[in-house]
Amino acid sequence: MIEVRDLRKGFGDVEVLKGLNTTFEKGKTNLIIGQSGSGKTVFIKSMLGLFRPDSGKILYDGVCYSDLDFEDQRDIREKIGMVFQGSALFDSMTVEENIMFPLRMFTKMKKNEMLERTNTVIDRVNLENANHRLPSEISGGMQKRVAIARAIVNNPKYLFCDEPNSGLDPHTATVIDNLIKEITEEYNITTIINTHDMNSVMEIGEKIIFLKKGHLAWEGDKSQIFKTDNEEVTNFVYSSNLFKMVRKAQNAKI
Amino acid sequence: MIKETFVKPTKGKVLRILIFKEIDDLIIGSLGIVAFISFFVGGVVAIQTALNLTNPIIPKELIGFASRQSVILEFAPTFLSIIMAGKVGSFITSSIGTMRVTEQIDALEVMGINSLNYLVFPKIVAMCFYPFVIAIAMFLGILGAYVAAVYGGFTTADQFLTGLRDDFIPFHIVYAFLKTFIFSFLLATIPSYHGFYMRGGALEVGKASTTSFVWTSVAIIVTNYFITQMLLS
Repeated sequence: MIEVRDLRKGFGDVEVLKGLNTTFEKGKTNLIIGQSGSGKTVFIKSMLGLFRPDSGKILYDGVCYSDLDFEDQRDIREKIGMVFQGSALFDSMTVEENIMFPLRMFTKMKKNEMLERTNTVIDRVNLENANHRLPSEISGGMQKRVAIARAIVNNPKYLFCDEPNSGLDPHTATVIDNLIKEITEEYNITTIINTHDMNSVMEIGEKIIFLKKGHLAWEGDKSQIFKTDNEEVTNFVYSSNLFKMVRKAQNAKI
Repeated sequence: MIKETFVKPTKGKVLRILIFKEIDDLIIGSLGIVAFISFFVGGVVAIQTALNLTNPIIPKELIGFASRQSVILEFAPTFLSIIMAGKVGSFITSSIGTMRVTEQIDALEVMGINSLNYLVFPKIVAMCFYPFVIAIAMFLGILGAYVAAVYGGFTTADQFLTGLRDDFIPFHIVYAFLKTFIFSFLLATIPSYHGFYMRGGALEVGKASTTSFVWTSVAIIVTNYFITQMLLS
């Protein structure tokens, strides 16, 4: 579980996160949604320690991450898996080496043990015949699978995904969403997904947080999001023509 | 940046692999161009010296002497370091810069890896072998001068070799390698700084590479001036 208490972060005179308070539960897919510029990426990067918060606390299973020094933060970071928006795979390494990387860095496994574990996660994310290919030689969807495999190879307790299905076709995006949800349940981890894709909300949104200009404007689950009266949320949800049509159909039924 | 590079080290086994990779990329990968440039510039130095020896009182041995002094004191350590600022420096800035814009550095940091140690430290260690490159450049520069001077008919082999040995001051070698060692540190760190702290996209990676080349060259030239002033004057 990750708790966020009164988290504030600014750049110069611009305050991006304005006192966020929330809890991300274990074994659930927690989604952060909001328009571009609402502070989603700053929020996720602050939780990861890539940005130092101006004030507030981030607690990983009760341990305040922001108060720790580098060595102690490293203990928590080793338990974090991250899927970046652009996958962030290491160009000079093959798919297999990319996935094996956290094992090489943080475990004392022998090479055959590492290979065995790598192949297990490769099978888990349904990545076939790509072990010895470079990231530049595989498709965007496959790169996302590699990024997910790298994120889970060291059995993380927390999984962060920054727009995991951006740039993917709708079918692949759904496959990736479902893969993340399955992994969350299977490994019983705390998963936080940063997205502005309403299809992801529909597919996997067990807990949803809506950010608006650095404020937490709404939180709930996917069944509540389509019923809420919160105007900011409805404006966001029904900004897509598809969802407008769904709403129209629902109203007509009523 | 420098302090961060040397603390919180990466796992030894991984670091060893990274150092060998950097030696391959930065040192071994530069040998071809260094050999090519050194041989031909050495030859040009010899020809230019020979063509300017119009006064018959000046002995032909001067060709060997002038080639040795030019190659050992300035051409190999300084001129080649400026060329390496373009080759190695741009490579370092663009590779680290690309890792920055594609969030690969963020990925390292999220995993709890000291990215400066992981990326920059192996480059600094690899560049410690740079003086060997310069030693090869010195040898090939003088060999190029010998070939151009002797086979070009400007002097005899005996005259060239006599000039080469004349008034040899061993401290000049110490001076040349001392400044090469300092340049190697500049060649590893300045481009790394420009790559690591860059922001933006592909265009900015290109700009950072250019800026790093300019600043590395300036740093080499200014350092060269002060070292020469301190050690030789």
